Amino acid sequence: MSADGSPGYLSTGAEWTFDLIQRYDAAIRDIAHNEFKLDTYPNQIEIIASEQMLDAYASVGLPIGYPHWSYGKEFIRNEDLYRKGARGLAYEIVINSNPCISYLMEENTMAMQALVIAHACYGHNSFFKNNYLFRQWTNADSIIDYMVFARKYVLECEERHGMQAVEETLDSCHALMSHGIDRYRQPPQLSAEEEQNRVREREEYNWKRFDDIWRTVPQKRKGTHKASEAPFPPEPQENLLYFVEKHAPKLEPWQRELVRITRKMAQYFYPQGQTKVMNEGWATFWHYTLLNRLFDRGLVDTGFMLECLQSHTNVITQRGYDQRGYGGVNPYALGFAMMSDIRRMCENPTPEDHEWFPDIAGGDWLKVLDFAMRNYKDESFIAQFLSPRLMREFHLFAVADHESDDHLTIDSIHNEQGYRRLRRLFAGQYNRDWLVPDIQVTRYDRRGDRSLTVQHRRHRNRPLAAEAEEVLKHLSRLWGFTVRLETCDDGGKPVGVRDFRPV
Amino acid sequence: MSIVIDRRLNDRNKSAVNRSRFIRRYKEQIKRAVSDLVARRGITDMEQGGEVGIPTRDIKEPSFRHGPGGDHEYVHPGNHSYNQGDRLPRPKGQGGGGGGSGEGGGESTQDDFIFTLSREEFMNLFFDDLELPHLVRNFVTEIKDFKLQRAGYTPSGVPANLSVPRSLRNAMARKIALASPLHREIAELEEAEAKEDDLVARAAIETEIAKLRDRISRIPFLDDIDLRFRHRIKVPQPISRAVMFCLMDVSASMTEDKKDLAKRFFTLLYLFLSRKYEKVEIVFIRHTDNAEEVDEQRFFHDAQSGGTVVQSALKLMSEIIEARYPQDGYNIYGAQVSDGDAFGADPEKSRALLADQLLPLCRYYAYIEVPDDADHTSPLSYAYARIDSPKFAMKSVTSRNEVYPVLRELFKKEAVL
Repeated sequence: MSADGSPGYLSTGAEWTFDLIQRYDAAIRDIAHNEFKLDTYPNQIEIIASEQMLDAYASVGLPIGYPHWSYGKEFIRNEDLYRKGARGLAYEIVINSNPCISYLMEENTMAMQALVIAHACYGHNSFFKNNYLFRQWTNADSIIDYMVFARKYVLECEERHGMQAVEETLDSCHALMSHGIDRYRQPPQLSAEEEQNRVREREEYNWKRFDDIWRTVPQKRKGTHKASEAPFPPEPQENLLYFVEKHAPKLEPWQRELVRITRKMAQYFYPQGQTKVMNEGWATFWHYTLLNRLFDRGLVDTGFMLECLQSHTNVITQRGYDQRGYGGVNPYALGFAMMSDIRRMCENPTPEDHEWFPDIAGGDWLKVLDFAMRNYKDESFIAQFLSPRLMREFHLFAVADHESDDHLTIDSIHNEQGYRRLRRLFAGQYNRDWLVPDIQVTRYDRRGDRSLTVQHRRHRNRPLAAEAEEVLKHLSRLWGFTVRLETCDDGGKPVGVRDFRPV
Repeated sequence: MSIVIDRRLNDRNKSAVNRSRFIRRYKEQIKRAVSDLVARRGITDMEQGGEVGIPTRDIKEPSFRHGPGGDHEYVHPGNHSYNQGDRLPRPKGQGGGGGGSGEGGGESTQDDFIFTLSREEFMNLFFDDLELPHLVRNFVTEIKDFKLQRAGYTPSGVPANLSVPRSLRNAMARKIALASPLHREIAELEEAEAKEDDLVARAAIETEIAKLRDRISRIPFLDDIDLRFRHRIKVPQPISRAVMFCLMDVSASMTEDKKDLAKRFFTLLYLFLSRKYEKVEIVFIRHTDNAEEVDEQRFFHDAQSGGTVVQSALKLMSEIIEARYPQDGYNIYGAQVSDGDAFGADPEKSRALLADQLLPLCRYYAYIEVPDDADHTSPLSYAYARIDSPKFAMKSVTSRNEVYPVLRELFKKEAVL
């Protein structure tokens, strides 16, 4: 870019053009790839208008989706807030796909576009490509194709079976999406064609195998059934949607396919929920670092930097628990602080850092950060890397809320006695079990009344929210027979049972 | 190398289908909200979108979550005074769930989900109960009349629209443009001729000049490209003025339900008229045993008591027409709602008044009866039934879907026009 020693700005002023975007992208890429060795998917940058951003919001961060009223609800909510000016739009949306698609809004200034390019196209992008959860659970190459298939399939179903029927099935699936996730097994790779072929083959096979004569064969070996009856499933199953897809007695083939589609989507989004702090922290850290390098190299002027820094500061604001607008810990703020703190520990370690982080204090920050990004999720990242210094800076404190106590107790604060416990509690908060109740399929009475038993094991005595009743109605609708909810305490001792019959 | 794509020209309304699905799914709730809105609005402002709210719990998507209760710790930022072991009272209004997801945003659960319906969505929901045929729906919601309006000039058109001054102005400009280099050349040659002494050379220059003059004379006076025609475009145009008389019996037997029915009826007629006419005035006349002209608020919402003399309202209408609305300046429409109770000679006199005096002045007069008992023929409808005029329609109505047929004749006739 800049020739020998006499740096020229890439641009001045707020206007952006396609040519400028290309040049900024090239400059940022140069720094990201060559100086900091970020490993990314190729980028596809798409410029969109604000209405299109609203559309993108509503489709839960995928560029294509099947039609469903709940997306309409989301759209209406955002549209109304936006029209009233109650909420600005996000500057960017980035999709975990290969090539990595990022949306830039046309209203943004050049500085904002550059910030978004650094944030999304190099920050998020490298995270998607390298973090172990994303590598394991999502398939960036085929997601867009799969959604194209899903949309087509849902539309076809609507044509054949009616909008109402499809909507009902999807409603039920959506209710169970939080429990449609495999946590311990790598799902097979999927591609749209394979998927379509598989559906067709399966239907053809059923069709070919159909022979009415089997109905007429007399059945007499009734006695042997009972002997061979082992409890099913042999192990509890935590993926309710998968179990429904494979075993629900009454589902039509197309309904099974819909269950499968929602399950795949739930699985695709699973890593995003687990790495919110890291992902945003990583992207924020990199836009901050990359843009500062642009400035150091003399490619941008002070006005550009001031605009970026103002926006950056807004993003990483953390309000205290008693301040207006407090909505929990801001993942951008926490993530950015932790990433920057790791760099600081490597570059300027204090004695405290040497004591707490002997392995990384004074190390090569680029390597340490890269390692952390690849191999952790929020829970483990915080448990491993949150330093006492940051706990002090954030003034973290833990409040214990126990049912038997009519008061809240301050469990631990940011002091010498509290650091370790505080960090453990804080990390635990990002554990999925803290957020999602533990519900598993324990029994399917195949030979009897075909009822399905699901067990809720209470985590530290926390009950299910009342809306669980609605979810179970949905489950029984998919199942077609009685669904039984068993509640157990922490030790696995049954506390209560409720039956839900399909309507 | 990154690829940059301009998607701004792509379809912007991807979410429209999801939006309409949402509205279809919650039609019942939204309709209820629309009904509230209808009750609050005046007839003349009916025709806009509006904000409606539906209870959040109705549209919640359920999922398995932790409920309040049990034991947990929650880490917050921003401590400035607490120390380990401090005890504080549980914040109120959060059940046992307490400090958890707490302080920030627990309040939104009770609120309504509020959003804005577009004009079309609102009108569709508003008309939904009325069971309007689609043709009529379009007629009411769309603007159909056009007026031709001048809009500059075009290079093509029919001879009748030829604009002579424009065409000649263009011709003149063209002639000047084409001739001026030639004139310049002539001037130069003439100058050269004046300096020239040699006769032969002068003659040569003169032939040259003559040639140029000849070329100038061959520039056409009027060419095809000079022609300009007056351009006219169609502009949506309501025809003219109308006045709509709303007559309603407000004696005690008219309940809120009946008034709501009446309001929809009046609104429908108003919308129809406002499509057709540039300016529609509304006159509200309510009557018990005597009639008075009131504003809309009092018309629909003031409780009254007393007997019923229909004739009084018709008389007042005829007086108002005479005083304020000359027949040649206004299209006059009448709409009357009553429960049909009338006593003694009143129905017969009313019929006579309506048939002989008012109908000749009106373009259309519609009467809706909202009886308590659908099978019973009221004295007023008994009398009105004998009016035989294409301008008159009457109907006994007990539910909303029966309102439209009263106006059907009117729509049919006017839609064809």
